[in-house]
Amino acid sequence: MTDVLTPVLTANWADDRAWTLAAYEAHGGYQALDKALQLSPEELVELVKDSGLRGRGGAGFPTGMKWSFIPKDNPNPTYLVVNADESEPGTCKDIPLMMASPHTLVEGVIIASRAIEARQAFIYVRGEVLHVVRRLRAAVREAYEAGHVGTDIHGSGMDLDIVVHAGAGAYICGEETALLDSLEGRRGQPRLRPPFPAVAGLYASPTVINNVESIASVPAIVRGGVSWFGSMGTEKSKGHTIYSLSGHVKRPGQYEAPLGITLRELLDLSGGMRDGAELKFWTPGGSSTPILTAEHLDVPLDYEGVSAAGSMLGTKALQIFDQTTSVVRCVLRWTEFYKHESCGKCTPCREGTWWMVQILRRLDRGEGQPGDIETLLDLCDNILGRSFCALGDGATSPITSAIQYFRDEFEAGLTTPSAELFPPSASTLFAATALAGKGAAS
Amino acid sequence: MTTNDPAQSPLPDSVDGMVTQTPTEHAETPIGPTTLAELKELAGRYPQSRSALLPMLHLVQSVQGRVTTEGIETCARILDLSEAEVSAVATFYTMYKRRPMGTHHVGVCTNTLCAVMGGDEIFERLCGHLDVGNDETTADGAITLERVECNAACDFAPVVMVNWEFFDQQTPESAIDLVERLRAGERVASPRGAQITSWREAERVLAGFEDGRVDEGPAAGEASLAGLRIAQERGWEAPPLEEDSGTGRGGETKQEAAAEADTQRAEAETVAEQSPADVEGGADDD
Repeated sequence: MTDVLTPVLTANWADDRAWTLAAYEAHGGYQALDKALQLSPEELVELVKDSGLRGRGGAGFPTGMKWSFIPKDNPNPTYLVVNADESEPGTCKDIPLMMASPHTLVEGVIIASRAIEARQAFIYVRGEVLHVVRRLRAAVREAYEAGHVGTDIHGSGMDLDIVVHAGAGAYICGEETALLDSLEGRRGQPRLRPPFPAVAGLYASPTVINNVESIASVPAIVRGGVSWFGSMGTEKSKGHTIYSLSGHVKRPGQYEAPLGITLRELLDLSGGMRDGAELKFWTPGGSSTPILTAEHLDVPLDYEGVSAAGSMLGTKALQIFDQTTSVVRCVLRWTEFYKHESCGKCTPCREGTWWMVQILRRLDRGEGQPGDIETLLDLCDNILGRSFCALGDGATSPITSAIQYFRDEFEAGLTTPSAELFPPSASTLFAATALAGKGAAS
Repeated sequence: MTTNDPAQSPLPDSVDGMVTQTPTEHAETPIGPTTLAELKELAGRYPQSRSALLPMLHLVQSVQGRVTTEGIETCARILDLSEAEVSAVATFYTMYKRRPMGTHHVGVCTNTLCAVMGGDEIFERLCGHLDVGNDETTADGAITLERVECNAACDFAPVVMVNWEFFDQQTPESAIDLVERLRAGERVASPRGAQITSWREAERVLAGFEDGRVDEGPAAGEASLAGLRIAQERGWEAPPLEEDSGTGRGGETKQEAAAEADTQRAEAETVAEQSPADVEGGADDD
């Protein structure tokens, strides 16, 4: 039995100048690279496959399997692209990782590049995080200077270039094929699949796209091995991962634990709900994952457990809302987000999110019309599975799940404004500190 | 944000037969030889030059304060694209601004979690205080205010961004104080970032040029460390790495000696890791 919390990725975040090469190496950094250079690319792919590491960006696809899809007979160069476009509402794990320990990611990039035999890697980081971009660029520069990146790495004959690429503000670029179009200097719109990126990705060449946390998990797997990684987590969801707690809890933040911890345990660690608060609803993995309620406190937060509860593990972004919060207001705001970020390529998502916002706005104002709830559900039914990419699917999740659990609040929207039922001022951080009479905001 | 934006017109505004310029036009530095060389340098960093378009547009903004017609034409020329192709990209992404920007960009997160935690109230109060609406610039040209989507700092909600640096756990009062200090030209530093310079200087870093501020600020904010602190207090940790020494280091290399030394240092560190004694060190950097 492992400890309740198992810091691996987060273990060095409190170190003095953790972002520097010196601090990272003092913590054992770049030892995994030495070990990886002793292994063949095939052995590395097998290692990560055997470890059971699954994608930490939301979909949970086995990372080693993704790597193994790269064809060996394709004449084009192979590329590794790191999806560092962390933008899913509620999700806030990759940004602090890259801020505190960018070298963990860089080392993972080098090892993953060796596994898929890529000589060029890109880190596509969202543009709206200036200091993270600084830290990444400096880490890559330091890695070059130390000979960890560049030509003939550690005398192994391996060559690798890494480019840190800042995006320009578009949630859709977190979708992997939209990210590729964006990285090619185009509007970030998703591509039709097949062909899949493993065959025709960046510049129509074989490409692996992995989330930051997935790649950053690789160095420890190389050092610790398959059984070490598998000693944490559950049977089908192996390893450690970062859970991000936000909202009406006493101590929001990043909690790295074995997969399968429950919200009850996490709430217990974080001091529980803020004073006087009861859990009303929460997202297990960002706004695109159907909301859950207090009845799901003991659901194991792994891929299977959350799926069985009717939602998705997603990015493990646990946004916690208490009884002061209007679910209609929240769903409206999320839907406005999806409408704003819809790339416009396909009709169900572009038009559907627009119509859903119109209906939700009048429900939020207390001016809903009979049949609005049914129309919303009908719209969701016409978007889910009929959109070009997962953005449209995600846009339906908050609506259908919120109506499932809180239909009466939507019905109240026919007569009463949400702000009257749930005054927004009661939900704020500063309201909480005023009520509790302590300086939690400091 | 459309191509019909008047500020985007290729012809100078003409009033009563006199050619006029908006005041902000004067602030636009033309794209000179240095910028041209830097734009070409960015194009050279990629296997296919078009990949540099997003960074190049960031650089155009850093020089000209927005994406100008001149900037679009220049990028198109360097990358051998049509101006329409470049415009199509420039209008897709929210960080590209077609209207002149204030010295500082202030973004208030009003996505759901931050909105609920107080972002809506902060945004409204700032609108009133600065007498601007969304995506508008104050009369003195100091601040452009914008509602922004989730900025990946939900554990620090409600969040305000200044030139894409984090300001955590804000209140309406702290946000008003923040913009007043920015307007007064006072020295302002992000609690999880560097000293605030200007939106244009930030855009230059995003384009791909380091500014020497990487070592400012801490490694992490307290919320980022919440789980780690508890683990340290309770002596919890991940199972020890196997560190199987069976990996024969067949090919001796120049780095071999250094790698061995690192291993020993790391073993010492593994013990030290259990002590939280040195965790506060990073805070003195700025």
